[in-house]
Amino acid sequence: MFLNRKDFLGIRDLSAEELHYILKTAETMKFVLNQKNKKVPHLMGKSVIILFYDASARAKLSYELAAQHLSANVVDMMASSSSEKKERLQDMGQLIDQMGADFIILRHPMSGAARLLADSVKASVINAGDGYNENPGQSLLDLLTIKESKGGFEGLKVTIIGDIFHSRIAKSNIWGLTKLGAEVSVSGPTTLIPKNLEDFGVRVCLDPRDAVSGADVVLSTRIFDEVERDNLLPSMDEYRSMFIIDENLMKYAKKDAIVMHPGQINRGVEVATSVVNGSQCIVNDQIANSVAVRMAMLYILSQIGGGLSEAFD
Amino acid sequence: MRLLIKNGIVVSEELGGEKKADILIENDKIIKIAEQIDDENDQVLDVEGLYVLPGFIDMHCAVCDPGHESVEDIETVSMSAAAGGFTTITAQPDTQPAVDNKTVVEYIITKSKEYADVNILPYGSMTLGCKGERISEIGEMVHAGIVGIADGDLTVGNAEIMRNIFVYSKMFDMPVITHCEDMALSGKGVINEGRVSTQLGLLGIPREAEDIIVARNIVLAENAGARLHIAHVSTKGAVRLIRAAKKRGVNLTCDTCPHYFTVTEDVAMNYNTYAKVIPPLRTDSDIKAIAEGVADGTIDVISSGHAPTRKEFKQREFDTAAYGISALETAFALSYTELVKNGVITMSELVNRLSEKPAKVLGLNTKGKLAVGYDADITIADCGEEYVIDAEKFYSKAKFTPVHGRKVCGRIKHTMVGGKIII
Repeated sequence: MFLNRKDFLGIRDLSAEELHYILKTAETMKFVLNQKNKKVPHLMGKSVIILFYDASARAKLSYELAAQHLSANVVDMMASSSSEKKERLQDMGQLIDQMGADFIILRHPMSGAARLLADSVKASVINAGDGYNENPGQSLLDLLTIKESKGGFEGLKVTIIGDIFHSRIAKSNIWGLTKLGAEVSVSGPTTLIPKNLEDFGVRVCLDPRDAVSGADVVLSTRIFDEVERDNLLPSMDEYRSMFIIDENLMKYAKKDAIVMHPGQINRGVEVATSVVNGSQCIVNDQIANSVAVRMAMLYILSQIGGGLSEAFD
Repeated sequence: MRLLIKNGIVVSEELGGEKKADILIENDKIIKIAEQIDDENDQVLDVEGLYVLPGFIDMHCAVCDPGHESVEDIETVSMSAAAGGFTTITAQPDTQPAVDNKTVVEYIITKSKEYADVNILPYGSMTLGCKGERISEIGEMVHAGIVGIADGDLTVGNAEIMRNIFVYSKMFDMPVITHCEDMALSGKGVINEGRVSTQLGLLGIPREAEDIIVARNIVLAENAGARLHIAHVSTKGAVRLIRAAKKRGVNLTCDTCPHYFTVTEDVAMNYNTYAKVIPPLRTDSDIKAIAEGVADGTIDVISSGHAPTRKEFKQREFDTAAYGISALETAFALSYTELVKNGVITMSELVNRLSEKPAKVLGLNTKGKLAVGYDADITIADCGEEYVIDAEKFYSKAKFTPVHGRKVCGRIKHTMVGGKIII
């Protein structure tokens, strides 16, 4: 299998075949990670720039570790000053490109930023989250976790509960899961469900019990405080009373259903503490898979894409 | 316990309109309706020559409790409602504190059970304090027992917030009841903008202020797929907008109040502050359009629009006088006299607008009709003798009305709630 891609910008661009290939590679990387010496030489001599316009300790950590395990040079660039944020993203990209970077891991608050950067640089761009658009890395680790637990995706019933509108992870997961043959249903406050979502083969349910009914996998999104400020939700307490993933709601899912969350769980609001601590919740597996998936993404791009590969031709 | 209502003129769809019939009640339910029921063990109420109607249901009523109990409270509003033939009323949320959380909802429900003879069903506010700024915990209030969401006589001015409320409300099968008034256009107006405002030198509230928000809310609700109910329609333009929206299938209902098809801005002549209401009394062409709207079904519901205030607050300069009207005890008489007696609609149609339709909009499945299995909420009216409206005799604490001294027909003789005779 050969992926003819320079960048990983989103799950929407990938075929089911490519997704399977990435997941398989990630499984290999997981094997590597389980060795005593985790370091492999595949990215030796290459440089990875982590360019974040939004702070995120977890995402940064997983990309940094992934790059270091693959022996790359890692430079962490937090674009935080107002002048850096004012600069055109393409200009920032050119600067990094000219200094000879091979990979740029970009996190940016605006949708489409990763595509804009990728089109203007030679380096491979990995989208670590852009606006409300996509976060392919997080989605791939979710897919890997689901695959490990359930064996496959065909006919699998997956439910996403929460704020679909602002969750780029939910978006990436919807594109990925539907491509892989899973049935996706969502439920959340109607103000947080994006328009025309049904057009993409997703079942939208007003009642979370309908959405969860018969589910194999229940994914929670994060609920950001901003939704209260923006008048999209009256209060976290009201969210809890209607959408919390607790034992009661999980009664509607399959007995062996798993519960997942992208991290920084608001316990007792998004997911009940008892469910987080219970055996159905596999957030620790998700975290364990986060580095392996990112190693796979870097490794695959290093095989074909990458700014320097052209020079070797 | 059984009670037999004998010899009345029963208005019921099941009987095909108006028909002389007897109604048998056991405990709080109607168990039999037939031309002739004889059961010697029953308590009998002979209502020869009187109309027997399903109890009226008021979709627009300010209870003023909590916060303004000197103006009206749950006990007095209940008596006033019963005197007006209303067996169920709703409570507007713009109280002090506002009905914007489940605690206040529970207060109204609990106090009503203890002190009110009629059913009082609370609305929850759309926004905190009915201020139009922050969306209320609608879901929690639905759980506590509200039957609709409203913001009293206030408009959510910000279209984005209004849109969010429509979208959010879709999770609950509940009408979003909107007062429609563009506050910027209303400005400092105190009376309808027109001939009378010019003559009196008072600042006017243009009809556009209502029409624009009616149009906006129709557009927003239609796109959100929400259940919109427009409160107290008062203009010709609003009737036209609603008629057009219904024609193209928008999920929309509305109500008006008897004063909007009975009296015009002319009542405010001589600076009569009893004519100061929200929305303002309009013109001849408006009341004609409203009556037509009621007749052709564009207007689904007749609500009382009861908005009590203290008489002292009325007896002031027109600009500073309080808005408000005591309307529960005149609603039926005005409606009957203006609409049925004048041949605009039939008695069955009036019952539809006063009882059946509001029950439907509010989702009250066992109310609004005289039929077997329905709640024994019954109003008995004498529509024969003419009488003069006397505000001094109101049960409401607000003993005033712009129609004081008016000759009308349609007097409430008995009101029964859940099989219990209140009046």
